[in-house]
Amino acid sequence: MELFTNQVLAGIATGAIYACMALAVVMIYQAIDHLNFAQGEMAMFSTFISWQLMQWGVPYWGAFIIALVLSFVGGIAIERILFKPLAKAPILTNVAGFIALYAIINSSAGLIWDFTIKQYPTPFGSSPFLGSQLISTHQAGMIGVTVLLLIALYFFFQYTRIGLAMRAAASVPESARLVGINTSWMIALGWGMASAIGAIAGMLIAPVVFLEPNMMGGVLIYGFAAAVLGGLTSPFGAVVGGFLVGIFENLAGTYIPGVGNELKLPIALALIISVLVVKPAGLFGRHIVKRV
Amino acid sequence: MTTLLNVKDLRAYYGQVQALHGLSFSLNEGSLTTLLGANGAGKTTTLRAICNMVRSTGGIEFDGKPLNHRSTESIVRFGIAHVPQGRGTFTTMTVEENLQLGAITRKDNAGIVSDIERMYAHFPVLKQRHTQQAGTLSGGEQQMLAVARALMLRPRLMLLDEPSFGLAPLVVRDLFGILGKINREDKVSILVVEQNAQLALELADQAYVIETGRIVMSGNAKDIANNEEIRKSYLGY
Repeated sequence: MELFTNQVLAGIATGAIYACMALAVVMIYQAIDHLNFAQGEMAMFSTFISWQLMQWGVPYWGAFIIALVLSFVGGIAIERILFKPLAKAPILTNVAGFIALYAIINSSAGLIWDFTIKQYPTPFGSSPFLGSQLISTHQAGMIGVTVLLLIALYFFFQYTRIGLAMRAAASVPESARLVGINTSWMIALGWGMASAIGAIAGMLIAPVVFLEPNMMGGVLIYGFAAAVLGGLTSPFGAVVGGFLVGIFENLAGTYIPGVGNELKLPIALALIISVLVVKPAGLFGRHIVKRV
Repeated sequence: MTTLLNVKDLRAYYGQVQALHGLSFSLNEGSLTTLLGANGAGKTTTLRAICNMVRSTGGIEFDGKPLNHRSTESIVRFGIAHVPQGRGTFTTMTVEENLQLGAITRKDNAGIVSDIERMYAHFPVLKQRHTQQAGTLSGGEQQMLAVARALMLRPRLMLLDEPSFGLAPLVVRDLFGILGKINREDKVSILVVEQNAQLALELADQAYVIETGRIVMSGNAKDIANNEEIRKSYLGY
């Protein structure tokens, strides 16, 4: 029983990271109808920036905040420079754009910081949380930060005018423009926020997976699995999907014979495929009906 | 009377296809003007061209200021509220959020709150349903919501695209009654595009008739309604 609880809690902790990545993916998907394959690389780059700041002597939370702000600005810059001009381009042009972005960020990080694996600090420590062997303080910190982030985002989107405007721009762009919302800037803002959310995920998971240019590859696939499971049209679904995938991954690795650590990733992919077959819109997604 | 909207030699294009062929008309401050015409005559395109939602050439002046080459969202800030065909409801949001979105360019929070109450007085059904998802409203209720959303801007000019479309005759009567009241009491100028010519002519003071992208008839709404020849040849009733 203790093993079970332990695995569930560990699953919730990594699930929190998947939830963040899924949320970042869904935010951009809602705004421009494309999956951002480079979301993980953007998060990795942000994490490297915070690491570099710490190497220069900036304390952890200072580096954390500066990296967030830079990621926000960087996300907006990527949208303005690369994806705004592609807004009306065919889908494959956009896919090529995302792959280019992926490769550019990945190799830039390799060029600047090289591909050796680096230690990344945790501000929470890694002792048992509240004296319990079930979960470490870092895992508890991952869950705590994610929950705070989700609450903040909920209030932003439900109770601020700019949050309302962003939701309107994503759901009915033409009507949004007719009430005076600059939908183009709302998309840019969505990119900035998605980039910052990804940065949080990267900085929280880095002490676990260690810092290197390919650190987010697996994490992003779980993030995609979470987004597909919850429904690409539902931010709430993405978050629930993230936690479910985290728990599922850990339980499958522990209890299904032969899965272990090596086969966890195929499990995520199998999950994506089964959801797409059984419930294409995801658990909380809406069926998109388009007039032709 | 001052001219609020002046459209001169308006030509509009969908890709290579020209939809408006040099259309000119004007609308006086405080008037309720209707654009009539058959399907495909260019009524919707005219409204879309005013808000720069379709490629067009020619002159569009609002209160003496040119609107050409301004973005749709900045044209709204002149006080032009456009209720598009199909109502443009934010279906996944609540009724109240839809109303708040209508006022998203305004900064006076107290005024917005009191205007929402004013809309509930105009349209009591919206008050009953204020927390409901707007997509669950009936067609008539959604049209009420669209008009209320447009009024939340405190517009000087309201553009309405086929408000009667898909509504039961009794609901249309109600809605047109409210539009007349808004025009008289709130001094909002209205340009309404309609296929239901009979009803629109009863409501409007000025009327223009469009055929294949050109104005073919204009004048006092009563005169046009009383002219049997025009009615038979252009309006089909």
